[in-house]
Amino acid sequence: MSFLERLQNNKNALGLLFMLPAAAFLLLFLTYPLGLGTWLGFTDARLGRPGSWIGIENYEFLWGDSVTRLALFNTLFYTTLASVLKFVLGLWLAVLLNKDLRLKTFFRAVILLPYIVPTALSAIAFWWIYDSQFSIVSWTLMKLGWIDHYIDFLGDPWNARLATVFANVWRGVPFVAITLLAGLQTISPSFYEASAIDGATPWQQFRHVTLPLLTPIIAVVMTFSVLFTFTDFQLIYVLTRGGPLNATHLMATLSFQRAINGGALGEGAAIAIAMVPFLLAAILFSFFGLQRRAWQQGGKDE
Amino acid sequence: MSIKQDADMGGMGYLDTVQRKLLTTYLPLGIFLFVLLFPFYWMVITSVKPDQELLSRDGNPFWVVAPTLAHFKKLLFDTAYPEWLWNTVLVSVVATGFSLFASVLAAYAIERLRFRGAKQTGLAIFLAYLVPPSILFIPLAAIITNLGLADTRWALILTYPTFLIPFSTWLLMGYFRSIPYELEECALIDGATRWQILVKIVLPLAVPGLISAGIFAFTLSWNEFIYALTFISSSENKTVPVGVVTELVEGDVYHWGPLMAGALFGSLPVAFVYSFFVDHYVSGLTGSVKE
Repeated sequence: MSFLERLQNNKNALGLLFMLPAAAFLLLFLTYPLGLGTWLGFTDARLGRPGSWIGIENYEFLWGDSVTRLALFNTLFYTTLASVLKFVLGLWLAVLLNKDLRLKTFFRAVILLPYIVPTALSAIAFWWIYDSQFSIVSWTLMKLGWIDHYIDFLGDPWNARLATVFANVWRGVPFVAITLLAGLQTISPSFYEASAIDGATPWQQFRHVTLPLLTPIIAVVMTFSVLFTFTDFQLIYVLTRGGPLNATHLMATLSFQRAINGGALGEGAAIAIAMVPFLLAAILFSFFGLQRRAWQQGGKDE
Repeated sequence: MSIKQDADMGGMGYLDTVQRKLLTTYLPLGIFLFVLLFPFYWMVITSVKPDQELLSRDGNPFWVVAPTLAHFKKLLFDTAYPEWLWNTVLVSVVATGFSLFASVLAAYAIERLRFRGAKQTGLAIFLAYLVPPSILFIPLAAIITNLGLADTRWALILTYPTFLIPFSTWLLMGYFRSIPYELEECALIDGATRWQILVKIVLPLAVPGLISAGIFAFTLSWNEFIYALTFISSSENKTVPVGVVTELVEGDVYHWGPLMAGALFGSLPVAFVYSFFVDHYVSGLTGSVKE
């Protein structure tokens, strides 16, 4: 047998060969940068100048830095509020779309639009909607007589926080709704018929049939949603660049500002790496916390 | 996604009265639809509105009295927008093509060759899928600079597969899993090599999966922002999202018309591709979060 023939009959060798393009790529541009980022976080590297090891000095500085603390608070606030809203609204929308509707496929297709267009570009539309002088929202509320001066959406710290959360929810709800809808469609109607015969109200059906059966997919969808919200960058970068007075700076935007605009690669990398424990916590929580609940409520019992 | 199930998915909805259905279903759905689509309407109406209408508080801002194409003209002839569009197309197509090639091989190896360590490799791919770009952009910037690729399209073509390959591999693994083993075994008995099996049996059966992965990878690359913002500095190499955000905003005077025209024009290609492959896209989306 020639070398080639032997190679084709050895699944380990062939497997290695087939994995080669993807593995080489991911090792070089994903694993290596991840390690490099961790290392950079312990150095005083600057743009274009390799740094030297300074231990945990970056982290010590960041711990005492009020802007970083504010960014951490903002990130937690942004992620919590946006995720809760995305979950509630997304689930509601999924339940609505799961009903017997006319034009169902049309609704389903159109609803995903906010999710598929580039976020940076829809954020520009929101920027214009939030404009302090020409905001269409302010205009409408003025005409209705509900407010007497234009709202400064992006100029006031709390307004800006809520405005960016709204834009994030707007973009994320379609993702949650469409994936949960796919989960809803796998629930057999006979569960609802059986519970109706037993006298369950619609709310009881939702609470005791829909939710428990949907928990596994909710766990996965919300983990993704939390991960992407926590590490969000483009929405904030386009809408506020972290302002006013750093009120909307997230960890990601702050690390960009320090590393790329400010040139302090090491410090920026430390901020980025500081996000990792939170991400791991979110993944572990959904993996263990929510899986156990599925079991307690009579899901898979193995 | 099973379409045939949809027919009886109404469950017991037929018991609802018309008024009740209007109030509890169509009214909330209408509000959702309005909020989700309004920004797009606003983009369109702003992009055809002349400046004097844009900057006046009189009249009805929801409508346009004298529509104009001046903003599109400015965008296409006075800015580098056509170049950004070309860059985005080029980078997205090349990165998607390369990622698909690598992902097909990897997914087939993990799912069907079952080499030693295939399971762990599959798990590693899933974990790679969870690594967000906002953690990687700083070290990647350092690597790109060291490779001498800063401010070139290659910087993007080489970095986009970091999120495209894990995603496409994960998606394709699911599709390959659904193809019966027997087909491959028959081919093996008939003397086909693994490569022939992949090209002549598995790939033709996995075409829906390939389309899903391709569409998804294309939109992901088209929408990518943070890498393009970090690695590219000269105007002629920028992509649409970055170009619109960084170059069309000049000082304190915002040119809302061209900005909205640029946002609209940059969104249309993905919306167009999406409209043809809605079902593939949705199955890719739901498949990506399935275990």
